[in-house]
Amino acid sequence: MTWETVIGLETHVELATKTKIFCSCTTEFGGAPNTHCCPVCTGMPGTLPVLNEKVLEFAVKAGIALNGEITRHCKFDRKNYFYPDLPKAYQVSQLYLPIVRNGKVPIRTESGTEKVIRIHELHMEEDAGKLVHDPWLDQTKCDYNRCGVPLIEIVTEPDFRTSKEVIAYLEKLKSTLQYLGVSDCKMQEGSLRCDVNLSVRPAGSTQLGTRTEMKNLSSFKAIARAIAYESRRQIELIEEGKKVLQETRRWDENKDATFAMRSKEDAQDYRYFPEPDIPPLVISAEYLDDVRRRQPEMAEEKMVRYQQEYDLPVYDAQMLTEQKALADFFESCVTLGAEAKQSANWIMGQVLGQLSAKAMEAKNMKLTPSTLVTLISMVKEGRLNRNTAVKVFEDVFDTDEDVEEYVKVHGLAQINDPTALAAAVEKVFAANSQSVTDYRSGKEKAYGFLVGQVMREMKGRADPQAVNEAVRDKLSG
Amino acid sequence: MMELYRMTALELGTVLRKGELSPADALAAARERIAACQKNNNAFITVLDPSPTSLGAGPLAGVPMALKDNICTKGVKTSCASKILGDFAPPYDATVAERLVAAGAVCLGKLNMDEFAMGSTSETSFYGPTRNPWALDRVPGGSSGGAAAAVAAGEVWYAIGSDTGGSIRQPAAYCGVTGMKPTYGTVSRYGLIAYASSLDQMGPIARSAADCAAVLDIIQGMDPRDGTSLEGSYGGFLSSLTGDVRGLKIGIPADCFGDGLDSEVRRAVLAVAEVLKSRGAAVEEFSLPIMEYVVPTYYIIASAEASSNLSRFDGVKYGWRAEGYKDLADLYARTRTEGFGAEVKRRIMLGTFVLSAGYYDAYYKKALQVKAVIKKAYDEAFQKYDMLLAPVSPTTAPKLGESLSDPLKMYLSDIYTVPLNLAGLPGISVPCGFDSKGLPIGAQLIGPALGDGVILNAAHAFQFETDFHRQIPETKGGVSA
Repeated sequence: MTWETVIGLETHVELATKTKIFCSCTTEFGGAPNTHCCPVCTGMPGTLPVLNEKVLEFAVKAGIALNGEITRHCKFDRKNYFYPDLPKAYQVSQLYLPIVRNGKVPIRTESGTEKVIRIHELHMEEDAGKLVHDPWLDQTKCDYNRCGVPLIEIVTEPDFRTSKEVIAYLEKLKSTLQYLGVSDCKMQEGSLRCDVNLSVRPAGSTQLGTRTEMKNLSSFKAIARAIAYESRRQIELIEEGKKVLQETRRWDENKDATFAMRSKEDAQDYRYFPEPDIPPLVISAEYLDDVRRRQPEMAEEKMVRYQQEYDLPVYDAQMLTEQKALADFFESCVTLGAEAKQSANWIMGQVLGQLSAKAMEAKNMKLTPSTLVTLISMVKEGRLNRNTAVKVFEDVFDTDEDVEEYVKVHGLAQINDPTALAAAVEKVFAANSQSVTDYRSGKEKAYGFLVGQVMREMKGRADPQAVNEAVRDKLSG
Repeated sequence: MMELYRMTALELGTVLRKGELSPADALAAARERIAACQKNNNAFITVLDPSPTSLGAGPLAGVPMALKDNICTKGVKTSCASKILGDFAPPYDATVAERLVAAGAVCLGKLNMDEFAMGSTSETSFYGPTRNPWALDRVPGGSSGGAAAAVAAGEVWYAIGSDTGGSIRQPAAYCGVTGMKPTYGTVSRYGLIAYASSLDQMGPIARSAADCAAVLDIIQGMDPRDGTSLEGSYGGFLSSLTGDVRGLKIGIPADCFGDGLDSEVRRAVLAVAEVLKSRGAAVEEFSLPIMEYVVPTYYIIASAEASSNLSRFDGVKYGWRAEGYKDLADLYARTRTEGFGAEVKRRIMLGTFVLSAGYYDAYYKKALQVKAVIKKAYDEAFQKYDMLLAPVSPTTAPKLGESLSDPLKMYLSDIYTVPLNLAGLPGISVPCGFDSKGLPIGAQLIGPALGDGVILNAAHAFQFETDFHRQIPETKGGVSA
């Protein structure tokens, strides 16, 4: 029998507001334990939450970008449970009236067609703290720095069938939120966390199987592996005539497997009820219009504009807009005076090359657009040949050194002295008379060899076009 | 000069401003009075020893006062009269405390109360019951019993209490003082340890309506630290007290004067209408057919919120922690079992139940719907009337130990006070007589939302004509004996 995997996602994203959701503590990652907190975010008796309006704005921005309906009368609710990382013993969240419902995210599938993933809801909530276990003292310590960092939770319908679709959606989500500037989406710092709900069913069936929820997925790679593992596990269970239990399972990166955490029977009753300390939010038409007006240009819009305004091929436009940081980099290059296609070529070739070699994201890159623009103009002005420029680029990629200075110090400037070039040609032709003869007897290859030798004689610093011409002139002369 | 403790807060403020007395004299008088009364009435949980401050501006500058012990005071133990908070001393002041200090108030201590403000007698305190200065074998009412007793006994000139279902008004009535619950949202709740967030409101307990107006002028007004605080400032209460009630339309809800109301209380409360009528008000009876729903609705909503608000007291972060626990669950269970008293546990259980899966719709959601109906009934009443007159409590103060044995009966006695909290309305309890046992009776003046000035003015008019609010309990045998 063939099986179909059905997946839905719950993604938690930390918002990039400067301050927490209900107080003015910093949201900065890290810090010594319990230094980014105050009586409000640690839920001390008598304190009250006051909503950070940026959180609402960011959630609305995200909702609009995910093509959702904004709930005009929305409320916060309390989710009650005891745990030491939750100092009030309830999390302020949204159950009954989440800020966004019925969104749609188009993704590109492996076959190249478009598929729409439906967003069930997006809601605002506060993050909890962290527990740190000290095995030496056998003590658990509470760090409340993360308490009250604003989150949005984005819940999809069970619309995914493969891990590739899941990753495509997450890439799209990440790019969208980064474009909006509402989150930096750093999985390694926990600012994007994803739980996977998965079930399997016979291909062609329309009924959903029993699902499990997987947690502790710390990278896209882990998500893909966990999906592969869990669907295999469920299929094997069913094929052995056993039942899949509805439960929460923990992905263990080292063991490459999921393990049961708690079953449905252990599920807590969170006793949600409307948060009485925060008045209901009424979102006016003017407010919505204002947020809409201030939405930044998104990837799709940039793609169209790059093709029209800069005459870039669709491939280039797509590559450049996938990451907001890359698109920003490209636009800065153009603003600084570099030619669009030249910039695009350098970015797609060298910048992406370096990023992928170093497994980095564009937004973490130190190299500035002005450095690349200087390199491009040095090549254009014949002060640096392109191959040398590529080397220089690689050398300064991590440091963003002044390239003019770098070229000077390392003596890499292009030699545009015709006498020196003529002397090099003379020398090479004299030393390689066999190749000259070969070329004249019709062996085209010998031409390239001679050019290479001349360039080598020039220590790689000659203008390649001038070398080409000089060799050709000499051969035909 | 009359004994200082017989003065109202405004009278003392005037004497201080004129320089006839220094703030140190006022402080010494209060200390002396507390020393005489505390052992009898146990009004205070913590007595402070503040140094006299330089006299600031304002009518109450230099006048000693005290705060109910659920109002946070920086560096000073704030216990909610519960074992579970231990010696918790918050690192912050409640907004109300901050504003009072800025107005020159001197805080003499923290006042006893029912544990977590849950109760009508001030007997559920971990620190022992407070006794009524008018009769030490009787309760002072609750939950702000310490506040009402301290003012009645003349230990401080005013106090700040909190009112979730009548906890300012009912003890004020039992102790023969004036107590007001303002419109929800006009006084910041920041720093008030929550019982039921949507119903809690702080307010003054003092000798007179004018004193209450002066205190409210200080503590009211928008606070950016409380999301439920209303925009704007609603002060100027003291300066607009004219005592003029000519043309004031007063509604008397017949449903509040039926079965279950003590006849002496009924007579005294209705007499208030006559006094106000004699000063030009118009009085009319009407029907407010919601009274049978108010107590169950109140207890469902208040308990639900309380079950959540009190979850943070888990022994992990502050306050008291049980010993000998095996693991985390055991730490929680032991701390909360040993740290909370019976009444608090009863309400946590009730609140947890009404929010549980499968019961939420039948209880909590239904209660919210009824709450809206109650609010609408009052809105309609205030289309016709400027103010309503009702009893505060069906009886005068019961004896210690009488109420706790029958909690349901105790809950039902909240019937006249809880609907105001459900509807967010202001109410003031005004002394209006004594029963045959010599116990004080209170009448409740009820205003529309933001009609705080209306009821203060009517209460002021009543106190202009009467002297019930000037009676001091020692003449009835109680305090300084």
